[in-house]
Amino acid sequence: MDELTLKIEHLCSGFFTERGYVPAVDDVSLEIPKGKIVGIVGESGCGKSMIARSVMGLLKYPGRITGGSIQLAGKELVGLKDRQMQAIRGCDMAMIFQEPMTSLNPVQPVGKQMREALLLHKSVDKKAARDEVLRMMEQVGISEPEKRYVSYPHQLSGGLRQRIMIAMAMICKPKLLIADEPTTALDVTIEAQILQLIRNLSRQTGMSVLIISHNLGVIAEMCDSVYVMYAGKIVEQADALTLFDQRSHPYTSGLMASVIDLEAPVAERLPAIGGVVPNLLHLPAGCAFAPRCSRASERCKTERPELRELAPGHLCRCFEGGNA
Amino acid sequence: MEREVLLQATHLVKEFPAKGHKRVHAVSDIDLTVYAGETLALVGESGCGKSTLGRTLINLIPATSGTVKFEGVELTALSRRAFEPYRRQMQLIFQDPYASLDPRMTVRDIVAEPLETHRICQTREETTRRVVELLEAVGIQKEFMGRYPHQFSGGQRQRIGVARAVALRPKLIVCDEPVSALDVSVQSQILNLLKDLQGEFNLTYLFISHDLSVVRFMADRVAVMFLGRLCEVGDTELIYKRPLHPYTRFLLDAIPKADPRLKDEEKQLLQGEIPSPIDPPAGCRFHTRCPYATNWCRSEVPQLRELDGRQVACHMAGEI
Amino acid sequence: MALFKSKKASISEELASQIGESQTLGVQLRRMARKNKMAVASAVFLVLLVLAAICAPILTPYDAITGDPMQRLQAPSAAHLLGTDENGRDVLTRLLYGARISLAVGVIPTLVSMVIGVILGVAAGYAGGWVDYVIMRLADVMLAFPSLLLAMVIMYTLGGGVINIFLALSLIEWASVARVARSETISLKESEYIQAAQSIGVRPMRIIWRHILPNCLPALIVLFTLNVPSAILSESSLSFLGVGVQLPNSSWGLMVNLGRQFLYNAPWISLAPSAAIMLVVLGCNFLGDGLRDALDPHLNND
Repeated sequence: MDELTLKIEHLCSGFFTERGYVPAVDDVSLEIPKGKIVGIVGESGCGKSMIARSVMGLLKYPGRITGGSIQLAGKELVGLKDRQMQAIRGCDMAMIFQEPMTSLNPVQPVGKQMREALLLHKSVDKKAARDEVLRMMEQVGISEPEKRYVSYPHQLSGGLRQRIMIAMAMICKPKLLIADEPTTALDVTIEAQILQLIRNLSRQTGMSVLIISHNLGVIAEMCDSVYVMYAGKIVEQADALTLFDQRSHPYTSGLMASVIDLEAPVAERLPAIGGVVPNLLHLPAGCAFAPRCSRASERCKTERPELRELAPGHLCRCFEGGNA
Repeated sequence: MEREVLLQATHLVKEFPAKGHKRVHAVSDIDLTVYAGETLALVGESGCGKSTLGRTLINLIPATSGTVKFEGVELTALSRRAFEPYRRQMQLIFQDPYASLDPRMTVRDIVAEPLETHRICQTREETTRRVVELLEAVGIQKEFMGRYPHQFSGGQRQRIGVARAVALRPKLIVCDEPVSALDVSVQSQILNLLKDLQGEFNLTYLFISHDLSVVRFMADRVAVMFLGRLCEVGDTELIYKRPLHPYTRFLLDAIPKADPRLKDEEKQLLQGEIPSPIDPPAGCRFHTRCPYATNWCRSEVPQLRELDGRQVACHMAGEI
Repeated sequence: MALFKSKKASISEELASQIGESQTLGVQLRRMARKNKMAVASAVFLVLLVLAAICAPILTPYDAITGDPMQRLQAPSAAHLLGTDENGRDVLTRLLYGARISLAVGVIPTLVSMVIGVILGVAAGYAGGWVDYVIMRLADVMLAFPSLLLAMVIMYTLGGGVINIFLALSLIEWASVARVARSETISLKESEYIQAAQSIGVRPMRIIWRHILPNCLPALIVLFTLNVPSAILSESSLSFLGVGVQLPNSSWGLMVNLGRQFLYNAPWISLAPSAAIMLVVLGCNFLGDGLRDALDPHLNND
């Protein structure tokens, strides 16, 4: 059995709104072995970012974890006080966001911000911290780190900013890096650089990575195993090869079909999943995907399917699973 | 094969003033032809000037110099009044469906606005009838007409944006990243819709996108842009199969492929960042990132030339 | 001060659209009513006060101008709830009649200055260039003067009286309104839906009327609730200094001023109108805060 960096069991979290409880994450279990890259894929509103926020302890009112457990290297995180979370956040686990500009302080040089993170969590003096920051900047491929150390966020391009964010996240050598749509705001050529960087860092340091993305290309290039989410639930999970080769859930198939293949001849029309994501406040009685599913039967409309194991490590939340 | 020219730009330049008497060279000396009925994609990374070019081509922002001809009429020479009848021939679809619809107007009023502005319909009832037709054409139920934009999902909002753009029966629609803010499954719906409408309304698209896979599905021809200049223009199939400009090649290579088997292949990545359009490199603007750059590239701007069935602006094209 | 910039969809905004949360003005106000009790209480108080000022003759048996000399400087009692002044006039009655002027002074010049300010500010913001330059430099000059001093100068030149107060206060308030209207317009002008309207070919005047003004409205409503108390305070100051409302009319500022000399033996004469001013100013501010929270999409979603 591999050592697990992150183990999530039966996590539920959601928003308490005036119209009622919105179950954004519903009974999600997920494991990230040490040194592995795990992906969560799904469309906006499926709850994938909520998982990241729940793990990081960043849920703000009206959002709240309502059940389940999150263990980081064996340590339970659910129920920890804010102060205890702060000690873990940025130290044992760190997160990078889609838009780096909003997570950097615009009036402070980036080097200083990175040093701050280090001084907060590790007992080092300022000089040593500065050296460590410069070393880290070099490691994430920032040229002229001395010059960049004193730059302000707005003076940097999107790609450089994301590198700074990654360097900042890596500075305390976390066990787990959560990357929430890390390249969605970047151009393709820069995206490829950043993805390569994250992969190499994980290989070099043995750090586990949780990548959250809507882009199946990113998932395929990065991940060892993949979880597919729909309307707050995991609908399929498997290692990357299995998932892409033997996709079983109709939603997974639909997602993959809508990716345009660059090699195959161009189709007249794109296969699309009809309809819209269901309202989380009024989920259908049966399978949440049933209203959009071309293969839905009567049973799908009335009964909620559970995750079933199709093969070791390959789980699917569909009555039909296995013959898709 | 003779194709009817719809829009033609020659030596088009658009510069913006920047701090300290400098200029942002957003669009530099571009020659581009759009043929009637086709979809021409404008591809490039952010800041390459593709959105500016799109807006300059339809005279939404005035060109600094150069000319744009629409069906033979020089738009850039027209007065504001004389241009007005051409406005309805050229429409725009925006990237962000959350920002492009006025949050305090109902869907009916949003779609009716172009009709009312150009006095297409005589009565209010007639306008509403047209709005219903348009909404039906883009797949929005007429019951939703009284709702406000925030009551719709991103994909539905983009459909409303499309309905507004086709309301005037324009000949040309500039689609500025119309699906990049949407989820994958919704993207396909909107792309299919755009293709359907193209047939139905006989539209020509100028399709601006950074997403090469989307472009492959949509476009008949592609124009690749880098930092205000065109790199390569030609038929989509040809360019995707045999890109000649090094930038096109890197762009195509960089796309993450949805196939985990390719994951361990080390890609040759384009290094460095995009140079600033305020102070673009001399000669070929791509030379600072190009592994094949020679002294020639650093000193002389490569012009678009015919090569292997397409136009390419690279001194070294065909030799590398 | 771009209070109401549009922003891209955040998780919560997406959520809002998913569960069909609405953002129209009416819904926003209703939500405020549910959430912010202080703002609702303030609104109720202000409405009651306006009604009381209008119905003053019905509410009080006394006359506001002529007093009963026998009843001079009476302390608050059942007959005179807030006591009487040096001429034997009922303070509560004076307060109610004074409210007419004080409230009118709060609302009318603010409205006039809003109209002027919005027209100039939106024109400056939308046209840009030299129009913007001229209007905004004019506003800068206005703002550079200490506003009360300017109002005093105007009042000295024109003489006292209610109409002239309206004029003076309208003149000193428009510049700050113009600044807000201009910055709102500039940030809205960049938004995609304004670009969309331009690409359709909608004429500038219509763009302003249909797209810019409705979307400025929340900011302007909030500004209004903040400018009303400042106008009331300005009028009080002017009347207190003797250049505002003239006797025998009464306004709250004038009452504070006249009661000053009896502060030791009949403090109610000054304290009652002071408290009234304070309550109205606080009420407007609470209401303004509530409205700002309710109408600002940013605060709403977090």
